[in-house]
Amino acid sequence: MDSSETIPEFRKGGASKGGEASLANLSAFSRGSGMASAKEVLAILGVAVVVIGGIELALRFFNVPQYIMPTPSAIAYALFTDFPLILPHLGDTLVELLGGFAIGACVGLILAAVITQFPFAEKIVAPYILILVTTPMLALVPLLILRFGFGYTPRIIVVALASGPMVMINAATGFRRVDSAKIALARSYGANTLQMFWKIRAPMALPMILVGLMIGAIFGLLTAVGAEMVGGGFGLGNRLTTYSSMIQMPQFFAVVVILSALGILIYTIFFLIGKKWASWEA
Amino acid sequence: MNVTVSRSPKLAVKAATKVYRTASGDFMALQHCSLDVHRNEIVSIVGPSGCGKTTLLRAMSGLHGLTEGEVMLDNQKITGPHPDIGIVFQEANLLPWRDLDANIRFPFEIKRERPDRQWIEHLLHSVGLDGFGGKYPRELSGGMQQRAAMVRALALKPSVLLMDEPFGALDTFTREEMNRLVESIWLDTRTTIVFITHSIEEAIFLSDRVIVLTGGPGRVAREYPVRFERPRSSEVMATREVFDLTNAIKRDIVGERESRLNGSAPQREATS
Ligand SMILES: Nc1ncnc2c1ncn2[C@@H]1O[C@H](COP(=O)(O)OP(=O)(O)OP(=O)(O)O)[C@@H](O)[C@H]1O
Ligand SMILES: [Mg+2]
Repeated sequence: MDSSETIPEFRKGGASKGGEASLANLSAFSRGSGMASAKEVLAILGVAVVVIGGIELALRFFNVPQYIMPTPSAIAYALFTDFPLILPHLGDTLVELLGGFAIGACVGLILAAVITQFPFAEKIVAPYILILVTTPMLALVPLLILRFGFGYTPRIIVVALASGPMVMINAATGFRRVDSAKIALARSYGANTLQMFWKIRAPMALPMILVGLMIGAIFGLLTAVGAEMVGGGFGLGNRLTTYSSMIQMPQFFAVVVILSALGILIYTIFFLIGKKWASWEA
Repeated sequence: MNVTVSRSPKLAVKAATKVYRTASGDFMALQHCSLDVHRNEIVSIVGPSGCGKTTLLRAMSGLHGLTEGEVMLDNQKITGPHPDIGIVFQEANLLPWRDLDANIRFPFEIKRERPDRQWIEHLLHSVGLDGFGGKYPRELSGGMQQRAAMVRALALKPSVLLMDEPFGALDTFTREEMNRLVESIWLDTRTTIVFITHSIEEAIFLSDRVIVLTGGPGRVAREYPVRFERPRSSEVMATREVFDLTNAIKRDIVGERESRLNGSAPQREATS
């Protein structure tokens, strides 16, 4: 549709027919199969063993020094021994992520729900949302630190600014998918505005809302870590800069492993929610 | 029943005129279109595509207003959706995120009423959907979905049922099956039914009267009474009488369309 005038869609070709927005679409672990079967899990683990084992052997064989690339076993060992040291920083990152995401997602959802009801307002707001989506919010961190110091505040703000527009843009796509027949159905029974919202518009938008929440959360994680790398003495991002400056590469990669686990966790949570509540789209 | 009551129409469309205001100018979809639907009657409306059937039905349902004229239900002017009017939409229009039970519960949730379980069970049974309550629309065939939609529309016990090409998307066999179902539901409930269709056969099978609408702008061209006993057997439907009736109606529709194609384009008014 005319995405130049309305709030742009995150995934082009989105608002076509109504069956396009399943969460599974986003993943390489495609739809249909949904969750991997036991056999597939075994295969995935097998690949992991081969790849990790291969890297381990190669690194040992070529005698690559640890400050260039530590072996997987060294990383695993560091992850195990230094985890108690990293854990508080993980907590800090989670606080920033959850705090910022909660604010950003709420504002984004409410704005999307309201703004899509007013096409004129939507057109006015659209370019600003686009700017918010495309501007790397990390750029604001130094400024925010000047204003708010080195605590949680600037990070939470920047996470909210990064995740909110992502949530909004996708949720707006969902809310804009009006199926006039279903609206007419509800109207024929005399549904009021609230009923129309909760019983038709919201469930119809839910798959896209979940996509938005997932992308927003992952963007939030990236931004939180980035902000931590820019300034302040705590958080996983700070650990990355600290460990790399001290050339503690196993610890450094242990943090990377934790971060990717966080990302996968976010994905899985929304995937499961989507499977439970929005699987009607598939 | 006394005479005056049975004489007054259940649903009356009076001099309905509908002008759609579009970017490319005003378009008159209906002009002085009038028709009566009597209590317990099944009336079919046929006519060429775009002649205003859906527009007419929307006005009857109170979903859309008219530019001029009015629709009366039991001598009361309709100003919006009415609880006594049930609608079956083209395509089943079930809510895909609800299972069948929840879909049928939907009207009651909106109206904040308690569903009449017994009546719903009875309806589900009569359309052959008992035991499917936990299924989602995507798990049902097109015919089953449309049957579910009929149950949903009838669950509130409307006294009028408006159906806009409800079986247009179904294959011929399923369609015939659905027609028998409508007939049996009518025999059961005597609900007044207005039925829009492109199938003349379907119209004749179901109706007490077939109304032919002409387009540009839409109004009633002719109406044909159909006086066979119900239930109507396939033998009746194969008689000469039905054959002639079918041809007459077909001529009306095709003739009208040809004259429209050869003659003037659908009437358009200047931009306001
Ligand atoms: N919302 C609308 N805005 C503008 N014009 C409309 C609108 N809805 C219908 N029309 C026009 O009004 C005319 C009648 O439309 P309507 O949908 O009532 O026809 P119909 O008889 O139901 O056609 P079909 O048999 O194809 O369903 C058509 O020419 C259509 O283009
Ligand atoms: Mg129509």
